[in-house]
Amino acid sequence: MNQKTVVVIGNGMVGHKFCEKLAAKSDKFRIIVFGEEPRRAYDRVHLSEYFNGKTAEDLSLSHENWYNEQNIILHLGDPVKEIDRENKTIHSSKGLILNYDYLILATGSSAFVPDIPGVDKDGVFVYRTIEDLELIKNYALNAKIGSVLGGGLLGLEAAKALIDLNLKETHVIEFAPRLMPRQIDSAGSQMLQTKLSTLGLSIYTNKGTSSIEGENRIEYLKFNDGSELKTDILVISAGIRPRDELAKLCGIEVGTRGGILVNEAMQTSDPSVFAIGECALFNHNIYGLIAPGYEMAEVVAANLCEGDKTFNGFDMSTKLKLIGVDVASFGDPFITEPDSRSILFEDTHKGIYKRINISNDGKYLLGGILIGEAEAYNMLLQTVNNKIALPPNPEDLILGSRGGSSQTENAGLAGLPDDALICSCEGVSKGSICNAVSLEGCESVDAIKKCTKAGTGCGGCIPMVKDLMVHTMKENGKYIRNVVCEHFQLSRQELYDLIKIHNLKSYEQVLDNVGKGDGCEICKPLVSSLLASIWNDMILKRGNDTAQDSNDRFLANIQKGGTYSVVPRIPGGEIKPEKLVIIGEVAEKYGLYTKITGGQRIDMFGAHLSDLPLIWEELIAAGFESGHAYGKALRTVKSCVGSTWCRFGLHDSVSYAIRIEERYRGLRAPHKLKSAVSGCIRECAEAQSKDFGIIATEKGWNLYVCGNGGSKPQHALLLASDVDSDTCIKYIDRFLMFYIRTADPLTRTAPWLNKMEGGIEYLRNVVVNDSLGMAAQWEIEMQNIVNSYQCEWKTAIEDPEIRKRFNHFVNAPEEKDPSIKFDEMRGQKKAANWTTA
Amino acid sequence: MVETTTNWFEACRVEDAVQNGGVCVKCGEEQIALFYFTRRNEWYATQNLCPHRRQMALSRGMIGSVGEDPKIACPFHKKTFSLSTGECLSGDECAIQTYPVKVEDGFVYIGLQN
Repeated sequence: MNQKTVVVIGNGMVGHKFCEKLAAKSDKFRIIVFGEEPRRAYDRVHLSEYFNGKTAEDLSLSHENWYNEQNIILHLGDPVKEIDRENKTIHSSKGLILNYDYLILATGSSAFVPDIPGVDKDGVFVYRTIEDLELIKNYALNAKIGSVLGGGLLGLEAAKALIDLNLKETHVIEFAPRLMPRQIDSAGSQMLQTKLSTLGLSIYTNKGTSSIEGENRIEYLKFNDGSELKTDILVISAGIRPRDELAKLCGIEVGTRGGILVNEAMQTSDPSVFAIGECALFNHNIYGLIAPGYEMAEVVAANLCEGDKTFNGFDMSTKLKLIGVDVASFGDPFITEPDSRSILFEDTHKGIYKRINISNDGKYLLGGILIGEAEAYNMLLQTVNNKIALPPNPEDLILGSRGGSSQTENAGLAGLPDDALICSCEGVSKGSICNAVSLEGCESVDAIKKCTKAGTGCGGCIPMVKDLMVHTMKENGKYIRNVVCEHFQLSRQELYDLIKIHNLKSYEQVLDNVGKGDGCEICKPLVSSLLASIWNDMILKRGNDTAQDSNDRFLANIQKGGTYSVVPRIPGGEIKPEKLVIIGEVAEKYGLYTKITGGQRIDMFGAHLSDLPLIWEELIAAGFESGHAYGKALRTVKSCVGSTWCRFGLHDSVSYAIRIEERYRGLRAPHKLKSAVSGCIRECAEAQSKDFGIIATEKGWNLYVCGNGGSKPQHALLLASDVDSDTCIKYIDRFLMFYIRTADPLTRTAPWLNKMEGGIEYLRNVVVNDSLGMAAQWEIEMQNIVNSYQCEWKTAIEDPEIRKRFNHFVNAPEEKDPSIKFDEMRGQKKAANWTTA
Repeated sequence: MVETTTNWFEACRVEDAVQNGGVCVKCGEEQIALFYFTRRNEWYATQNLCPHRRQMALSRGMIGSVGEDPKIACPFHKKTFSLSTGECLSGDECAIQTYPVKVEDGFVYIGLQN
């Protein structure tokens, strides 16, 4: 076999991409990879998600067997320590000596640590690898105040990581007069600074750090202006330094300020040695973004396969979300008069800044900056890169067209040439995405990702990929909306609004006004749930009863065998002994199996349909009410015993849980809702596994949201800290109304949040900062629902028409279903097993 | 050719039936689900037993339509069956028995074959 050996030094994102590309192009090469880190290449761009619950494996760029399957030999945790260019061999730290025909340096970069006295103290970290993150995470357990040195892109990412670690204060210190000096101008930085401050970041610009002080460990920072800042942990993110030491050692030419010199074929001063990614210095530039790194990998892979590709510099345009704020910079963001003219838009109320630079003749877009709102980014970037002629009023590009048609977005997409680059990380053109949709039948972003790799790099192009997909499907006459079912060509959100606008009060009215056909088991419960959320009428009112899901229709959970279970509400899990006795008596009288539920109440199983009203009559007479265990509604608010008894308790968690449970009891939602209140950080009520959970602090309550147990458990995230009881309830009101209004059917709060663009930061903005201006309305709507609460079972047993429905036989109301069978177990009954036909 | 006679069983009064829903009729030892599709002004009757897990439950299910065809969804696992032919519309459960229905003088009758 005439295989040539390619040795790759470095298993980061670019090194991995190179392997992917070379393996896909040819099997003529024997590929051997050496990595310094202990794990396979992972997604460094989204590193901060490691603090958001993603695991190292989630971040990995390949599955476990990928290298094996490609016949690539991978040596992890074994950095190369020497290159012998004369004999074309490398020496690894573990003692391997290998020959190469071609050598690829993908050694990346390390964090640049400025020479400040005290950088070696405990509590000072860099932010580069998963190992760094683990160190930070452990140290932050005992830290209250965190600081980041460096206000560039990476520094702000690191600040987000500190926020995610729940530090009390996070500070960002930048030496330059503005944030992200390579991407945005002073006005943009000012806007970004204001926005980030409202999210809890303290930002200092024009601030030089003179020393890091403290005995052994960091205690405070000293600045050139004489001021000081207390801090428990410091993350340095002051830039990157190319890893060129290996190249230097073997005499390969490097730049005076670091970086391995390469030509347009990424070739170093030794023609058999190539350098790609952040270690390479091309045309006096280090390219610290992922897209150019991937392009370099492509150039080398293609040229080894006798292609003829060159690297010609790269567009450094970028769009990202920093701590929930959109920031984008494209083309030439800084070009000014006399070379161009700029159009500026500034809205300090909403925190939006936009700047576009256009050619003097007003025909072409040259570049720009977007802060606070960057939806137009992809389209603007395409307009620059494809030299698309500007509309007569170029300001429309950032203001939206005022008056007239609003079709500009799609017209823009349609106007792009087929070879317009959509995903610059993977080099995917508009044409290949449209082909994937039309010819390969890809009708979801995931399918397109799989088929074309578009959107698998930085992910910035995904909104545009989605728009292109929708646009292409529409052109092909395909039907694409996320509609309820064949009877309603509408989404749940649209239905919600239409029911309100048209004042529709029953399922039939909704079907007649905005639907078609005769309904089905999908739209009926969905519409019923919306009606209940909006009007809070008794769900069994005539005309609504048969549109309810079976459990709601009989106000009980149907169980194996066709009997029902009964769960009275026990708010906060607090119950008097005499009420316990009543439950015992009722269960005995009607022969019910009893069990304590996970939500601190008592479930009684095995009730015949016709016994349900009788059982409830007795329970209601004794002061119980419906527990809504059957509904997509608030279930329980679990609590620990709290400060009334517990020696650790900070506040009275039981009283607060009762207050919350009584406020939201019976509230209908897209899915069931669970809550809990813990009286201290020991968290005995497990509030962080609930849709909304509350934990007492010294100063008030911490509110966590969007946790779920169930098949895909997910921890709740902190929404607000140290709030008083009334504020906490306000936030819950807003949170719940936002969820009820916007979630897809049968979506619990965790997946709802996972799908939300901007995630918890966006949600916090909506709920706490009232960024949508909906807070007042939602609080009123919630108060109306609270005021109109009625116990459904009480209404049901008092209404003879409804009671009549609780018989098994219409023509023999006194008889029970004879087919119901029970078995015995541990002295109680259980439902007979399923039998199959 | 065997002559079959239809025996009309008196199930209930019209006002006892549930509008746009079902009730269960005791018919000797058998249980029959009777549906009053008020919206379409149509009546249907089927066996009450869902063949999937053999539960006496179809009368407590939700009715609706797929295209023009009326259907019933079992409350247990949402298996759906055509009300006009009894055929299973979701998966490969066996079909359910259907019966003719007529209304006379305010009473509902289910037709049983002898």
